Amino acid sequence: MTHLLRAEGVTLGYDQTPIIENLDLAIVPGAITVIVGANASGKSTLLKGLSRLITPDAGQVTLDGRNITALPGKKVATVVGLLPQQPVAPEGITVADLVGRGRYPHQGWFRQWSSTDDEIVAAAMAATNTDELAARRLEDLSGGQRQRVWIAMALAQDPEILLLDEPTTFLDVTHQIEVLDLLLERNRERGTTVVMVLHDLNLAARYADHLVVMCAGRIVANGTPAETLTAEIVRHAFDLEARIVPDPVCGAPMVVPIGRFHGRVLI
Amino acid sequence: MTTLSERTADAAPLTQARARRSRRERGIVLVLVGALVAVAAFSLTVGAYSLSVPDLLRTLTGQGTQSENFIVLSLRLPRLTLAVLVGGAFALSGALFQTVLRNPLASPDIIGVTGGASAAAVFGMLILGFGSVGTSLAAFAGAVIVACVIYLLASRGGVAGYRFVLIGVGVAFMVQGLLGYLLSRADLNDAQGALLWLVGSVSGARWQDISVVAVVLLVLLPVMRVLSGRLRALQLGDELARSLGVGAERTRLVLLVIAVALAATATAAVGPLAFVAFVAAPIARRVVGTGGLALIPTALVGALITTVADFAAQHLLPGQLELPAGIITGAIGAPYLLWLLATSNTTGKGA
Repeated sequence: MTHLLRAEGVTLGYDQTPIIENLDLAIVPGAITVIVGANASGKSTLLKGLSRLITPDAGQVTLDGRNITALPGKKVATVVGLLPQQPVAPEGITVADLVGRGRYPHQGWFRQWSSTDDEIVAAAMAATNTDELAARRLEDLSGGQRQRVWIAMALAQDPEILLLDEPTTFLDVTHQIEVLDLLLERNRERGTTVVMVLHDLNLAARYADHLVVMCAGRIVANGTPAETLTAEIVRHAFDLEARIVPDPVCGAPMVVPIGRFHGRVLI
Repeated sequence: MTTLSERTADAAPLTQARARRSRRERGIVLVLVGALVAVAAFSLTVGAYSLSVPDLLRTLTGQGTQSENFIVLSLRLPRLTLAVLVGGAFALSGALFQTVLRNPLASPDIIGVTGGASAAAVFGMLILGFGSVGTSLAAFAGAVIVACVIYLLASRGGVAGYRFVLIGVGVAFMVQGLLGYLLSRADLNDAQGALLWLVGSVSGARWQDISVVAVVLLVLLPVMRVLSGRLRALQLGDELARSLGVGAERTRLVLLVIAVALAATATAAVGPLAFVAFVAAPIARRVVGTGGLALIPTALVGALITTVADFAAQHLLPGQLELPAGIITGAIGAPYLLWLLATSNTTGKGA
């Protein structure tokens, strides 16, 4: 069953200060949607709104047409999962224990830990190449390994819609590609809907089926990377002069910033 | 790099690892229970009137002489039972505070909850002339009031751990000031009695105190068991907890209420036994070492610390001189606090 996640005229913010006002967005099921935008453009806020972490001051976020804040939290959690930008873990926790905690929404009063949970956790760890780390303590791992463990936890939650807030920040380029490949694989093989915030426009263009460009709390472009990553939109959203050329590897648009010193010489 | 999808998942190692973890935890629980039994045997037999273990067993099964019955059943057993129960209650309270607020400094004795109980109890004793029951009730009320004040001051659209702790430390100082004022105004003899209570001691345990602590533990332990899944989710931060379907703010409030109830009950029974709540959970978690909540080992460690401290307090000094157990627990806890402050700020990470 495909689930539909929509923001309908939402106003989102903190302490009554709206960051996003009256925003509409329908998440395309089964696709990878990447949200990009300058700092403080409201990307993370939108993601938090979509995942029920903050309640809209106006409008609503709906899951299959029903207001997400009115649905039971555990039920939503079996469909929508969010990996925050900087999750925290208790000291000394092992990888296997941490990944296993993703199963919480599937467990209840009568249904405690089962062999199915073990299988799903094992699959999530195999998919993220973290199974060999199972007995290690999280704090002893490298940044790249740690991020893969967190993604394994999110996969163990087994949500149909997976939201990730800057999953590649703090990773070197090799590990960024590794994480994004992993998410693409999950999306293509399992049909998991992926919504993530990314900073790197070129990686965003390469991995996104749909690109949402935000600026000052509003969506300024929404569509395929080819439609949305134009020089004009980049100038408007990022206040950046750039040339757009096709990515030599996959043909997606590639943003080449000009800057103050190089443009004139090259042209 | 291998293609990830080619790898097959095998759940067997995970199942085994989990079995190993729970075996380890069970083993540690058994060791702790064994240690507790040993300490109990010592406390019940050793003293001005010493018994042999067979004598003790005979007495416990109701076949002791009159003097044995009096020494063991009326003097030593209540004292031991109370030490075990309040040790467990303090330890669990500390574990909940530290886990929920994700800060190893967040324990009821550091953030002023037990201090609030002390101030209210001393106020009851010195100003209102309360007896022991009234003093206990005042202590309970004091802990609850201080906890509410901290919660209200710390909550700004959600309670952040560090804010709660900082405000708690501030409140603890205010409460200390109030205590000092009360003591300085009091008659010397009254102040002496109040001071004794303030150190925390399990001597003079009465079955009515014991049954109150026991009932509170019996009610709250199953509740904690039910909430442990949510607590584990909460350990991953508010955002992830909410993403897993746990109402972070509400869960935290419920768990804090339980933690306050445990600390308040224990303080009302024996006074503010220093540092038991503060050190028990970190010790238990280090011993268990699986990153789990380790609530049962924590309670056992708390009970063990308290019984050992009380035993040491009774027999450490030569002659009939007896210390309150709180002196010993304080002597254990203070160095740990220093060590924690000296080392943990580099990472800023909580329990």
